[in-house]
Amino acid sequence: MSHATRPQEHGQGTDRVLQLSAVGQHYGDHRVLHDITLTVPAGQLLCVVGPSGCGKSTLLRTIAGLLPAREGTITIDGDPVTGVPDSLAVVFQDYGRSLFPWLTVRDNVALPLRRRGLARAERRAEADRILDRVGLSGAARRHPWQLSGGMQQRVAIARALVCRPTLLLMDEPFGSLDAQTREDLEDLLLEVHRTDGTTIVFVTHDIDESVYVGDRVVVLSPGPGSKIVLDLPVPLPGRRDQIATRGLPEFVALRAEVGRAVRGKGVQET
Amino acid sequence: MRGLSGAAPVRALRGRQELWLGLLGVLLAFGVCEAVSRAGLVRRSYLPPASEVLARAFELAGDSVFLDGIGVTLRAWALGLALACAIAVPLGLLLGSVPLVDAAARAIVELLRPLPSVALIPLVSLLLGSGTETEVTLIAYASVWPILFNTVYGLGEADPLAKDTLRAFGFGRLAVLLRAELPATAPFIAAGIRISAAVALILAVATEILSGFGEGLGIFIAQAGLATDGTRDVLAGVVWAGVLGLVINGVLVWGERRLFPWTPEHREAARQGAGR
Amino acid sequence: MRGVTKGGDPRNADPAAPKPPAPASRRSRPTPHPVLLRWLVLVLAVGVWELVARAHGSVYFPPPDRIARHVHDLWFDGPARHLFLTSAAVADILPSLGRMAAGFLLATVAGIVLGVMVGRSRRAYALCNPVLQFARAVPPPALVPVFVVVFSFGTPMQIASIAFSAVWPVLINTAAGVRNTDPLRLDVAAVLRLNTAERLWFLVLPSALPRIFAGLRLSLSLSLILMVFSELLPGTANGIGFTLTEAQTRSDLLTVWAALVLLGVLGYLLNTGLLAVEKRLIGRERAV
Repeated sequence: MSHATRPQEHGQGTDRVLQLSAVGQHYGDHRVLHDITLTVPAGQLLCVVGPSGCGKSTLLRTIAGLLPAREGTITIDGDPVTGVPDSLAVVFQDYGRSLFPWLTVRDNVALPLRRRGLARAERRAEADRILDRVGLSGAARRHPWQLSGGMQQRVAIARALVCRPTLLLMDEPFGSLDAQTREDLEDLLLEVHRTDGTTIVFVTHDIDESVYVGDRVVVLSPGPGSKIVLDLPVPLPGRRDQIATRGLPEFVALRAEVGRAVRGKGVQET
Repeated sequence: MRGLSGAAPVRALRGRQELWLGLLGVLLAFGVCEAVSRAGLVRRSYLPPASEVLARAFELAGDSVFLDGIGVTLRAWALGLALACAIAVPLGLLLGSVPLVDAAARAIVELLRPLPSVALIPLVSLLLGSGTETEVTLIAYASVWPILFNTVYGLGEADPLAKDTLRAFGFGRLAVLLRAELPATAPFIAAGIRISAAVALILAVATEILSGFGEGLGIFIAQAGLATDGTRDVLAGVVWAGVLGLVINGVLVWGERRLFPWTPEHREAARQGAGR
Repeated sequence: MRGVTKGGDPRNADPAAPKPPAPASRRSRPTPHPVLLRWLVLVLAVGVWELVARAHGSVYFPPPDRIARHVHDLWFDGPARHLFLTSAAVADILPSLGRMAAGFLLATVAGIVLGVMVGRSRRAYALCNPVLQFARAVPPPALVPVFVVVFSFGTPMQIASIAFSAVWPVLINTAAGVRNTDPLRLDVAAVLRLNTAERLWFLVLPSALPRIFAGLRLSLSLSLILMVFSELLPGTANGIGFTLTEAQTRSDLLTVWAALVLLGVLGYLLNTGLLAVEKRLIGRERAV
């Protein structure tokens, strides 16, 4: 069951892949999220930014169905989320723990294919194919702990992509990596997004990253009870470059606006 | 927070729930044993109902002869354990402080280690007869090892920074040992003693069962085993043995927690206890 | 030296005991040629014993060379087609080892299966924990007379004793290992939509394996203890323990020592074997 690549349309699109209505979340008396309403059209790369502790990860886990939403509803492709939906993939920040060290890289990547009913040889071929895609051609037979951090996260991304998910969730995936590796992986993500057109929700605390990578940026207020304080489309050109794009005046302006929102200084200050 | 920070690997139930469930588990186990026996699934003489066994165990608490026997066992146990400490702790400190001696002793230790102490019962019985000396010797021999290992290991765990700090202030070797290494090693020694306490009990009971005459919990169990329809007494004796083991372990754990609240395991336990 | 129990003792499954951690602190002074030194000291010790024994001629501590020769005469002087085993060896050593193996394997399988069942559910764990702690606290030799009554003397009694005593460390450690599965990995398993069997095989068991092996090491030493002990009881007909106790009644110290040496070597080989299996299954991945 594979999805045809969707057209990249910023901010519009006939298919609404992800829809959140008045979603709230709390642990006991501690309120984490409040009244989150959001629609993500097909093929969009949405970045969610916010200060530490504002509940970004909680939001992601709620969308993934790992936590039940206490208030409001979430639908993916029109189906309400109860438990982890099919055709959803997640990349976590802690690659060391999210990969299984006792399996080889190839077996890690092939693991989600088991539920597709593919034969073993097909699973391995598919895994190898996607490993090539993320630039890890030689690593199939090695173990995750033998690879560098950046390579391990590529494995995690490969594992997430191998089933061609409708929705890809990423929880601060590059937060544990050094700056250079981070940039390489950001570009990898953009390239994969451009060719596959997967809908992506990308959580980060890095404001520059959110503007560089995203088609749209959503800012959460500091907790408790985070709300959306800014919902900003990013009309930068489709092909982005680490040096050129980050130097554009539009980039600087967008980044400033997001930065202000994150710090809670309001939309515009003269 | 569940799963978010990933910092707490064990998802614990609320404290009280755990208690009630534990109690329920004990009752269920009791009930099963009772039912199996009364239903006649197993011959009564093989497995008397749990209620009878417990009743007998309580009865024994009032039996002065039995209690004397327990006293004998415990005395041998304590003596053997104390002897083991007296040998193992200084030896461990020596081995841990002088790596040369440690490496040299390794070979002998690694060969002696896999030998089950119970196998020595016949030899020691031949050497020392079948009285208390044999029992105490065997208990001491078996109990030396955990304490020895833990002492050596604990010494290796002493923070070199603390030692260097003391040395920089001009403290001599012995002072460094006493002020920095011993307090750091003490929790490990205590854990080793706790393990040895269980080992000592095993050897005590085993030696008594094999010697066949005299006093002690093991003797009681062995003789009950020979008597017809003695299963009830045997099981009652086993219950006593288990309770003894639990009490000893519990007391030692409590003692450790009181003496060494700063160790990470106890800190974690305290935090979890307070947090709920 | 590892701060864990020696081969003859049980119960370091207690989580309150400090565990040997990843090599965070090493001794600052390395020793020269540790392996060479080790063997040198061993040879020296044996040599000293030899000299002292010859000089004083105590019947209780025969010189090592006599013991070695006796070991050979008793058990390894047989025909080549029997792997040099004598009939006495076949009659005693093999049954002992067979019983131990049977009891240990039984304990392993039961311990892992039950341990997984108990560890998977918080409720099951809370339910079973007190009973398990009690079962683990009973000194195993105390239980042997129970099995004597139920099975009367013979192989079933021995296997039952061994299995029933050795199961607890495996069970408790398996349950603890299962409980401590990384919650992030459980989330990953949920996201990957693994079914229960897959989760068990690909995540829970591999993750718990180090803990399980710690339990297996304890179980092995308990199996050895119970094997010897059950054979020391009057009423057994064969086995290494039987050889020991029978030699004791005859005051045949040479045979007693020979049996002790045999047991020590067997114990050493078994422990080494288990360690090798552990290395093979877990290996360097435990660096993570």
